[in-house]
Amino acid sequence: MSAWFRRHKGLVPYLFLLPGGFWLTLFFIIPLLAMASVSLQEGTLGGGFTMTFNLGIFPEAVLRWDDQLVRSLQYGLIVTVLTMLIGYPMAYTIAFRGGRYKTILLLLVIMPFFTSFIIRTISWKFILADQGFVLGTLKDLGLLDQGFRLLATPVAVISGITYNFLPFVVLPLYVALEKIDYRLIEAANDLYASRLHAFLRVTLPLSIPGVFAASLLSFIPAVGDYINADLLGSRNETMIGNVIQRLYLTNNDYPQASALGLILMVGILVSVFLYTRILRGQELTV
Amino acid sequence: MAAGAVRERRSPMRVRAARAILPVYTAFVVAYLFLPILVMAIFGFNDIKGRFNFTWQGFTLEHWLNVFNRYPALNDALRNSLLIALVATVVATILGTLVGLALTRYEFRGRGPINLLIFLPIATPEIVLGASLLALFVSLGIARDIVTILIAHIMFNISYVVVTVRARLAGFDRALEEAAMDLGADEWTTFRKVTFPLIFPGIMAAGLLAFALSIDDFVITQFTAGSTLTFPLWVYGASRIGVPPQVNVMGTMIFAIALVGILGWILLQRRELTATPAPSDR
Repeated sequence: MSAWFRRHKGLVPYLFLLPGGFWLTLFFIIPLLAMASVSLQEGTLGGGFTMTFNLGIFPEAVLRWDDQLVRSLQYGLIVTVLTMLIGYPMAYTIAFRGGRYKTILLLLVIMPFFTSFIIRTISWKFILADQGFVLGTLKDLGLLDQGFRLLATPVAVISGITYNFLPFVVLPLYVALEKIDYRLIEAANDLYASRLHAFLRVTLPLSIPGVFAASLLSFIPAVGDYINADLLGSRNETMIGNVIQRLYLTNNDYPQASALGLILMVGILVSVFLYTRILRGQELTV
Repeated sequence: MAAGAVRERRSPMRVRAARAILPVYTAFVVAYLFLPILVMAIFGFNDIKGRFNFTWQGFTLEHWLNVFNRYPALNDALRNSLLIALVATVVATILGTLVGLALTRYEFRGRGPINLLIFLPIATPEIVLGASLLALFVSLGIARDIVTILIAHIMFNISYVVVTVRARLAGFDRALEEAAMDLGADEWTTFRKVTFPLIFPGIMAAGLLAFALSIDDFVITQFTAGSTLTFPLWVYGASRIGVPPQVNVMGTMIFAIALVGILGWILLQRRELTATPAPSDR
């Protein structure tokens, strides 16, 4: 065997790549093509679908679900900013002030993942409930109006998504901040930069790769999320994910659902591309 | 002079207060991250009267004692989840590690497209991954069951395994392998005795990540499951009519097992560190 390997050394990497690459081609690339193909077909589940190259479905879908598309983008952007604002100081603290507690703090950030995110979201539904132990108690004490509610509002949905994706932001930010040579910050301080100045001119620019990765890891899943809108929101907070899920799994309207899926995918790729352009020099690797 | 003394005494205090802001803030965020988990655990002990587990009605251990007796379908769902996570982890870790090895240790043509193929599934929203697989299965008339869930889980885990293994391999010293070869080891022996032990922690980390992602996955599973139920799918279905406290108990159990595993792992690492004698000891 090893003689064969020595003779065909150039083939070894391809042999290593083959099974994984095959799997991803078969179950990632081809499904995307299948989705594109289904989006151009017409028909019903009972009568079968036939290819009609119905390109008109894309503008139709955009016009029909424009509210949900815009809302998903809005929520995605708000969540990205919020996770960044909450996560950055935390990642900074762990990286520069964590000391010997670093590992433990990082584990604390990851540990919520060991509880199913469905359960955590249901838990939030429960915490935010109109007569739950938080709002109910505040209402009984007269601190809140009886009609006040958080569930079924954009606030609940946005905070739910923010909660879900916060750990995804802290980790890459931590990795980027941890890499910074602390002597550079000390040098800035020695040269009479104020703490704020040193942060803005040294730490922040050096952490931009982390900010880039973190914002994508928050924005992409947030835009496509439908669980939070489903469990914490009402009809007025539905996102594009809710529509895709309903069209696919309840209405069996595969062409329309596939078209929306494709629009979401292309929309995200275009935003990521533009964003990469803005933060120029960032490589598209995680 | 008195004023100067006062200022001298006050400023370190103010500095200390300023230095406490970030740790205190971090503690608050950690509390926020754990709040829903704490609520879940507490309400697993709630002595509920009806179907709704929304307000505290008294302490009971009943749900812990009958956790596996009340809902057979929930047990099946949990078993499905564990089985899927286990198989998906093993397969994805093997496939992903091979890709990671190829990308970090070999020169070859086509690196760019392969990198893109690894990166894209991570940059694609889960709903698109699930929906496109559904489109494929529907187009080909493939019935959805536990096999299609497995196919999907292996698919989304491969990229995460590659990224994790590659991060570990990036700092790998090739000289160690060359040294082994110089001492007469063939490729396979070198891999077995040198390369593999060195990258093993990275493979373990990737496997753990894959297991966690798989057992928790809802979105992709919902699209590829058909009528098969996993733990998250069962819980989601139950949430419409009221989640029984047995779910809280199972959630708490999974969390506790993970916690014990992590603590064990940390202790083991500490032990290994102290077991290696420092150079000065010799």
